[in-house]
Amino acid sequence: MLVALTGVEKTYASADGPQRVLQGVDLTLDAGRSLALTGESGSGKSTLLHLVGGLDVPDAGRVMVGGQDLSRLDDAGRARHRREGVGIVFQQFNLIPSLDVAANLSFQARLAGRHDPAWSARLLDRLGLTGLAGRYPEQLSGGQQQRVAIGRALAARPPLILADEPTGNLDEATGDAVLDLLLDLVRDTGTALLMVTHSTRLAARLDARAHLSRGRLA
Amino acid sequence: MTGAALSALWGHWRRHPGQSLTLVLGLALATALWSGVQAINAEARASYDRAAAALGQNDLDTLGASDGRLFDQSAYVDLRRAGWLVSPALEGRLRVGERSVTLRGLDPLTAPLAANPVDLSDPGDLAPFLRGEVGYLHPETLATLDPTLLPLRVAPALRLPLGVLIVDIGAAQRLLDQPGRVSHLLVWPNQPRGLPALDAVAPDLVRRAPQARADVASLTDSFHLNLTAFGFLAFAVGLFIVHSAIGLAFEQRRTTFRTLRALGLPAGRLVGLLAAEVTLLALLAGGIGLGLGALVAALLLPDVAATLRGLYGAEVTGALTLRPAWALAGLGLALAGAFAAAAQGLWRVLRLPVLAPAQPRAWLRASDRGLVVQAAMAALLLILAGIIALTATGLIAAFVLLACLLLGAALALPPLLSGLLALAARRTRSVLGQWVLADTRQQVPGLGLALMALMLALAANIGVGTMVSSFRMTFTGWLDQRLASEFYVTGRTQDEADAIRALLAPQALAVLPIWRAAQPLAGAPGEVYAVADHPTYRDNWPLLRAGPQVWDRVADGTGLLINEQLWRRSGLQLGDRLDLPGWSAPVVGVYSDYGNPKGQVMLSPDRFTALYPDAPRLGMAVRIAPEAIPALRAAISDRFGLPDALMIDQAAVKRFSLGVFERTFAVSGALNVLTLGVAGFALLTSFLTLAAMRLPQLAPIWALGLTRARLARIELARAAILAALTALYALPVGLAMAWTLLAVVNVEAFGWRLPMFLFPGQWAVLGALALGAALLAAVWPVRRLARTPPADLLKVFAHDR
Ligand SMILES: Nc1ncnc2c1ncn2[C@@H]1O[C@H](COP(=O)(O)OP(=O)(O)OP(=O)(O)O)[C@@H](O)[C@H]1O
Ligand SMILES: [Mg+2]
Repeated sequence: MLVALTGVEKTYASADGPQRVLQGVDLTLDAGRSLALTGESGSGKSTLLHLVGGLDVPDAGRVMVGGQDLSRLDDAGRARHRREGVGIVFQQFNLIPSLDVAANLSFQARLAGRHDPAWSARLLDRLGLTGLAGRYPEQLSGGQQQRVAIGRALAARPPLILADEPTGNLDEATGDAVLDLLLDLVRDTGTALLMVTHSTRLAARLDARAHLSRGRLA
Repeated sequence: MTGAALSALWGHWRRHPGQSLTLVLGLALATALWSGVQAINAEARASYDRAAAALGQNDLDTLGASDGRLFDQSAYVDLRRAGWLVSPALEGRLRVGERSVTLRGLDPLTAPLAANPVDLSDPGDLAPFLRGEVGYLHPETLATLDPTLLPLRVAPALRLPLGVLIVDIGAAQRLLDQPGRVSHLLVWPNQPRGLPALDAVAPDLVRRAPQARADVASLTDSFHLNLTAFGFLAFAVGLFIVHSAIGLAFEQRRTTFRTLRALGLPAGRLVGLLAAEVTLLALLAGGIGLGLGALVAALLLPDVAATLRGLYGAEVTGALTLRPAWALAGLGLALAGAFAAAAQGLWRVLRLPVLAPAQPRAWLRASDRGLVVQAAMAALLLILAGIIALTATGLIAAFVLLACLLLGAALALPPLLSGLLALAARRTRSVLGQWVLADTRQQVPGLGLALMALMLALAANIGVGTMVSSFRMTFTGWLDQRLASEFYVTGRTQDEADAIRALLAPQALAVLPIWRAAQPLAGAPGEVYAVADHPTYRDNWPLLRAGPQVWDRVADGTGLLINEQLWRRSGLQLGDRLDLPGWSAPVVGVYSDYGNPKGQVMLSPDRFTALYPDAPRLGMAVRIAPEAIPALRAAISDRFGLPDALMIDQAAVKRFSLGVFERTFAVSGALNVLTLGVAGFALLTSFLTLAAMRLPQLAPIWALGLTRARLARIELARAAILAALTALYALPVGLAMAWTLLAVVNVEAFGWRLPMFLFPGQWAVLGALALGAALLAAVWPVRRLARTPPADLLKVFAHDR
């Protein structure tokens, strides 16, 4: 079992008092499998993803990834988890504006010390980015940017990809194409995928689905 | 609509109090330094004008004895009878206890208006004045005197020059014990037609054109120009802050602007509102700046006054009077500065497309084209500076050269940094290093202005520091040469001086004359000194240029020496003849004469006595063993009752000279420190505002597996790199500035050129200071970053900001 959440709770402070976003979530995901996470806006999907990614820690409960309890790690340990244990694809604010496409794509892999030039080149090719390698993010379209982000998440060959509405900013056709690529690559590399999406149509294409509502999974 | 728009626009300032503070404070500081300097200059100028106006010598011809002595007032009566419009005046020194004042007797009934600085139009004032019961003094002079010792009642009058007591001519004759005598007659500007010739009526009197006393103003011009240049530099540095604060405020409100435009607000109206906003902020900041400026001026004025007195003998009041014109000019400048800083932003708003997507980070983007343009402008300015350095002369040209040099160097900094960082990024193998360098390069346009301000402040510090230290080193060495004699004595009268000389001669190794006479030289006030033929001078005198057998030729009266100021001003070369009234001789040597604005000639005592038989020969330099001085001092004091002030030993003169020197540069030093402070502030605000905008750039790096602590360390290193590069770059710029000051500005302003010495110790201190300032400025935002809770970092990904 790659990911195992038990009794996870998370509360955020907000203007009108504490807001209990997650109220005891249990969830598991096996290596190489894919899971779609759906739910209303504000239901806590992103929050859950962030906990799995080691970006934040739960107030209660356990988040185990690759046999490690993330809450027990210190700042440096969680940074290492982000670097080596997962690849994250956000909806936006994703790429580093001062680096070109090639450098963006290999950035995390090089941080993690797992840079494989051949693999990066192959990713560039598969993502249709070879001709754009020297460009900067601001010179790319939204779909192109998202493809670079996917490439970056995969470049270090992490066991798990977390994607938070990776196509939310794209039009349907582009979104579908990007998603096809992501699913293809995940399948080919045997990487597990936890993806947040609003769309039941997209969710249907993954191995499993979970719905978040009122702080719990249904 | 307008009201709604206003509240939308103003909301920004309420939500960003730090930014409002930066803007107002930046502009206020800039205005403060500028208007402070202006207040000082205005005060000094008012003092000079007062001195000139009260003398009446500014515009009035005078009649006096050819030998400058007093003459009988019957000459006045004769002239009046012949129809000449003249008025009698008697001037002399009056002792008041320990101090003395210039006593000036006037006849208020016949004196031309220009010569009458006291308003006596009220008969109640006039009568006691005519009776000799009342005199007038500047209140500041009055404050330094013991009123019980004054021989008559004294009323304050603000328009009077310092140290001058104005009384009726009759009272002056009584007080100076010169009944019926006058020192000169003031000649009305418009005389009746058909007057008999002056020679016929008063053959002993000569008519003199307005005396060049007001020259004090022209002598000090260069000093004030120096101050003004400094004030301007500080203002420019301040404007950098304002520019970046306004730019940021505009950039952050881009979405607001767009929304307002989309809702139907015409672009012109929007720009109008923003202009009104800038005006309001500028007036607020200008007002604060004026207050601070008055404070700066009040703090610096005593030093400036001391400098002007020590260097030029110009009396300047130590108290500040603020004039409405000054306040208006200050506010005007604040407005102009604010609009200069906001122009780019307003222009962008005017051309803002309504529909383009908001791009808040565009402000930070390295616009390579912008950098190229900047580099081109910098090159142009530096080339211009080179041309001026090679061809132009004059003080204004010197300052233009300085301005071109500094501005060009400042403009070149961001492109240079950007290029350097790009180069380094290409050569770095580490992934983080690459990112840091590339990212820093993107920050250069955003930090550019603050870095330019820091660079300017550092360069100015290095430049002025090098100048002052070089000057000090030259000056102390020069003092040792010039003050070779151990003891200096001045008699109060000719008889006394002769008696002292007789007393000293057997006891001392040598008693050398210090005689001087005022003598216009090369069209400016100057003086002639006697120099004895003695090893004291042969071995020590600081000659810059010397012909063969220079001392022999001075001694035998076939040559003369001139000081560097006169040499440069007159263009005389060795061997050229200098004309004095009644004598002319070739220049055989040039000596350095720092701290003296006047031209000077030295010739043998025999020649001196022949040319200036009337000049008092009161001073003497005594060569003697230092241990013998106290006994000698006591002996003179016992025999002649000579006050201590007239017996000075070498050490005291040196102390005094160095004191004058230090005060002269105290003002530059203070302005320097203030400029550096302003630059530090600019850096802090830039780092703070950038830090607020940096979260979206740092959050992805954090998410990709870096700890916040590590990121914070990187940010700190980034600030250090930028500051270090800037400081490194400021060094050659500062040295170029020092060279310009020493070799061009000083020559034009004071007439002397100084050798340049290098002081690496100073550089190290300044470099450390710059680094410290940058780290200090960066530490606050960095600490904030290190403590940002993950939840806040995550917001970057969760919302579209
Ligand atoms: N960093 C944060 N700080 C404070 N509150 C937060 C933070 N992140 C999320 N929240 C709050 O927690 C709740 C859940 O947010 P979350 O982003 O997880 O929802 P979501 O399911 O991803 O919604 P969406 O579909 O709109 O992205 C929201 O009400 C949000 O306001
Ligand atoms: Mg979300």
